[in-house]
Amino acid sequence: MDIPYTVKTRPDTGVNNAKLGIWLFLASEVMLFGGLFSAYIFLRVGAPVWPGPLLDHVYTHASEVLNVPLATINTMVLIGSSVTIVMAWASLAMGDFKKYKMYMLITILCGFAFLVIKYFEYSDKFSHGYFPEESTFLAIYFVLTGLHMIHVIGGIIVNLYFWGPGAKMWDTDPDRFKHRIEIAGLYWHFVDIVWIFLFPTIYLL
Amino acid sequence: MTHGIEPESGGMAVNEGHEASEDHHHEEASFWRKYIFSTDHKVIGLQYGFTALLFLLFGFSLMILMRWQLAYPGEPIPFIGWLFSDETAPGGVMLPEFYNQLGAMHGTIMVFLGVVPLAVGAFGNYIVPLQIGAPDMAFPKLNMASYWVFAVGGLIMLASFMVPAGAAKAGWTSYPPLSNIETMGQTMWLFGMVFLITSSLLGAVNFLVTIIQLRAEGMTYFRMPFFTWTQLVTALLLLLAFPPLEAAGILQLSDRLLDTSFFMPSGLVISGEVLDISGGGSPLLWQHLFWFLAHPEVYVLILPAMGIVTEIIANNTRKPIWGLKLLIYSIIFLGFMSFIVWAHHMFITGMGTSLSTFFQITTMIISIPSVIVLSGLFLTLWGASIRFTTPMMFALAFLPMFGLGGLTGLPLGLAPTDIPLHDTLYVIGHFHYVVAPGTIFALFAGIYYWYPKVTGRKMNDTLGKIHFWGSFIAMNGIFFPMFFQGLAGVSRRLYDGGASYDFAEGVIHFNEFMSISAFILLAFQVPFIINFFMSIKKGKKVDSNPWEATTLEWTATTSPPLGHGNFEEVPSVYRGPYEYSVPGADSDFSPQNQP
Amino acid sequence: MSESHSHEDVQKHIKTYLMVFASLAVLTIVTVAVGYIHLPIWPALIAALVIASIKGGLVGAHFMHLLSEKKMIYHLLILTFVFLFFMFLLFIWAYNDQQGVHSLLIFI
Repeated sequence: MDIPYTVKTRPDTGVNNAKLGIWLFLASEVMLFGGLFSAYIFLRVGAPVWPGPLLDHVYTHASEVLNVPLATINTMVLIGSSVTIVMAWASLAMGDFKKYKMYMLITILCGFAFLVIKYFEYSDKFSHGYFPEESTFLAIYFVLTGLHMIHVIGGIIVNLYFWGPGAKMWDTDPDRFKHRIEIAGLYWHFVDIVWIFLFPTIYLL
Repeated sequence: MTHGIEPESGGMAVNEGHEASEDHHHEEASFWRKYIFSTDHKVIGLQYGFTALLFLLFGFSLMILMRWQLAYPGEPIPFIGWLFSDETAPGGVMLPEFYNQLGAMHGTIMVFLGVVPLAVGAFGNYIVPLQIGAPDMAFPKLNMASYWVFAVGGLIMLASFMVPAGAAKAGWTSYPPLSNIETMGQTMWLFGMVFLITSSLLGAVNFLVTIIQLRAEGMTYFRMPFFTWTQLVTALLLLLAFPPLEAAGILQLSDRLLDTSFFMPSGLVISGEVLDISGGGSPLLWQHLFWFLAHPEVYVLILPAMGIVTEIIANNTRKPIWGLKLLIYSIIFLGFMSFIVWAHHMFITGMGTSLSTFFQITTMIISIPSVIVLSGLFLTLWGASIRFTTPMMFALAFLPMFGLGGLTGLPLGLAPTDIPLHDTLYVIGHFHYVVAPGTIFALFAGIYYWYPKVTGRKMNDTLGKIHFWGSFIAMNGIFFPMFFQGLAGVSRRLYDGGASYDFAEGVIHFNEFMSISAFILLAFQVPFIINFFMSIKKGKKVDSNPWEATTLEWTATTSPPLGHGNFEEVPSVYRGPYEYSVPGADSDFSPQNQP
Repeated sequence: MSESHSHEDVQKHIKTYLMVFASLAVLTIVTVAVGYIHLPIWPALIAALVIASIKGGLVGAHFMHLLSEKKMIYHLLILTFVFLFFMFLLFIWAYNDQQGVHSLLIFI
């Protein structure tokens, strides 16, 4: 069964199916994180003090509760991984498979680095008794960053597949493979953009 | 028989080979691949169809139980009362907790497991690729995935009846704080919703890409049949409106499982005890997030129905649809507006006047496109040679019934009149008119109309007319008195139907009449069910275009083989979708693929 | 983008990617610095959103190739952001416009 425009672009729309599909999916993801951000806004506007009372102290700045330096490092890690994944695609566009493998691997490792740093961040919170049930600030922090983290994990899995078993397609259908990497990149960049907004909103404001 | 089609740009997707090999027409696919885990949109459409019809029947049965209780409060359920456990109906007498489960699950199942899967998953999947001249949906595997995710969600919803204290009881709207403190069934409802939402999102992406990218040559947007247009707008609504509810579901799950206070205000007292939670949350936040989806959701319920009715009216009047372009612009406008009216469900939450003004204005504006669509369809009837086939009967009845439903929505959309009517039976009457003799009639119409396309046989017309008249009269018997009860002030979701309130005295007697109408409605579905199954083998055999219709799905081989490939010859489109009675033409219909 | 790119095209793009990376790094530092100043809420919010939008815009325009993308994608994104904007606006308005609540307006 040959579905048209899986790789070739359709002349009047200028896109192919997967490209359109991934952007539609990303639009829905914008609404998903947007819904959570709206919740954050609603809760914050209604709170007399933010972050507010937590255990025995009333906090007035998020940076007093959350680890800004760690999150800054994580921001740089994600931005770096965005560069490397687009470089991975560019390498394929220039026909350099080896370089692609290298850049994709760095992207994946950056993803893991993000998770490791997250692990330290969360376990530090838990060790101080900062659990989501303690305050709405922590609740929205954990849910927003947690959902983002799940998206990072999803992206790592996809990237791992394309670095490993999926990379065989380069030998049989290079155009289609390059296209798939572009699509995977779009998703990964989106995850980066969410963090770019999440970081100042939750940690700094 | 050609195996695939050449895309316009002349390139074929290379190496689709391994994907297509199992349906290569020399090899028979295994039973599992062919019927259970198929990627063929027609099979998936049928899977959605059967599953949805079963859920509709089940959801209807839940309501039948409720209507017994409302007509004869405290009386043991007859015939089947012994089936119920002591937790639900000891001695056959329904407990209030069980009544609440039935209410919440009736709504949830009818909307999310019945109507939408049937209107979008079944009709959309089966018909849209055929109507646009495509070989399948853009992402066949994603299509299959979306069905199975839906099925899992449905199973979770069904399973929730079996857990201790039973299914969700906090309405299909799951408002906190009640939903936060409810029993396990509520958590299962939330998980079920997550699966159903995910399934819808996957489907929405598929529909949008399919309609945008896979239209056949000559099929410009304005030559697309109206049914496909409604599916396009519906898919966009599903794509952008569902995620905030998914977010809300995550937040409520977090409240229930992680003891967070997203929706729990500070100082909340339950059963005399202050809850040991952080507080700081807002029950209103849930309402906003929920209705942000749930309002566009009602347009998801009605748009495909409008699409089906339009197809059938054009075909059975032998006329083009009056103002087709205007109708198309109207539903696009409707889709956009549907995102900014949601808080008309929240007028009584202590909303300030400026916000309520905003939502009243947008709500009044959004009534206009529906009126335009209805007017266009009515005007199409003028001077027409109407064929009163069974599908046409249902389509015709849709018009005044949806009209009545829509009109009764107007007082609800204006805050001053909504305040006494909110959460009364009036609201229930309003939305049931739109969904039951509205959408569900359109879905019945679609089944009778497209049945010959799927099976190569027509359903029996006499049984169809019996089904129609019985359902039409019975539905009005159930829902019309609700307006009187609501105007008298009877609240919804009352286990005794309002019997304990003095002000309801004058309208309580309607309950028995309404319930008997409901039992009659159930009885009149029997001829439909018999007809549906009997006609598979015994129905009158017909050719590939028994209704003499113009749209592309009627040119495909009848009862296409359940493998891939819809068209013997790739269609090209030369004309609009409803060129009936063209002056000077050979016959009273000119198919779209006719030069 | 399944059209083949010439090597020179891609080389130019790579230069852009590296410049964007540098800008993003700098802007991240700016973000944190502004955060530590602890501005009052309105200026802080506007500054944060402006900087984040520039960063997000750079990623979108260059890494996601939105600059050269087709109209349809743009229109989809614009539509999405319009709905998002309404959601934010109306949620805030809903909170502030409640009867009897003297606005706990930390925003104004």
